[in-house]
Amino acid sequence: MFELSHSPIAINERQAALQSEAAGGFVSFEGRVRNVNEKRTVTSLEYDSFGPLAEKEGHRVVKEAHEKFPIIAASCVHRTGHLQIGEIAVWVGVISQHRGPAFEACRYIIDEIKTRLPIWKKEHYREGDSGWINCEQPESSPES
Amino acid sequence: MSEKTIHIQYFALLREQRGTASESIRTTAQTPAELYRNLSQTHPFTLTQKNLQVAVNEEFASWDTPLYDEDKLVFIPPVAGG
Repeated sequence: MFELSHSPIAINERQAALQSEAAGGFVSFEGRVRNVNEKRTVTSLEYDSFGPLAEKEGHRVVKEAHEKFPIIAASCVHRTGHLQIGEIAVWVGVISQHRGPAFEACRYIIDEIKTRLPIWKKEHYREGDSGWINCEQPESSPES
Repeated sequence: MSEKTIHIQYFALLREQRGTASESIRTTAQTPAELYRNLSQTHPFTLTQKNLQVAVNEEFASWDTPLYDEDKLVFIPPVAGG
């Protein structure tokens, strides 16, 4: 499953939902708001999203992970709104019988989420200015 | 060429440059590419078509998709999730 969330991600609940007696491995990834990017001090991050399409594409990514890797269940949540340093912006959790596919599927989901979903982030800097990542010099920075 | 109403939503940098999150416009543009060219003449958009993707009726679409009356359109700036 995939979800956009305007409120803080309740990780314990998300993790508890990934239960199976057949699962021998659980892998999760947390993307957090960090205080520096491209040598500039970041004070907060603002996420904007085109909700309906972001959710559709997010579901597709999770479905693809199921098709590509022998996993039992996968879950991903992405935040929207204005986040402070240290807050969790995205969470991915995967359970599988053995650890390998859980690691691979987790990596697949976060990589695809970052490049395919219509979600944008604006960094606010210590100096008071701000900028939309990948939008200000789009040709020179395809990856964040 | 008949006029149609197109509902546009703007996000991120495009929203700021357009100064609004959404608008409904009357246009004779046949495709999203033509409509973006027209809008770029009156608004200070810095992103070019090759930097953008487009969605029609909440699904990714190609730039030459025919536009119909009441279509919902989003120009998608370079994404940055995660």
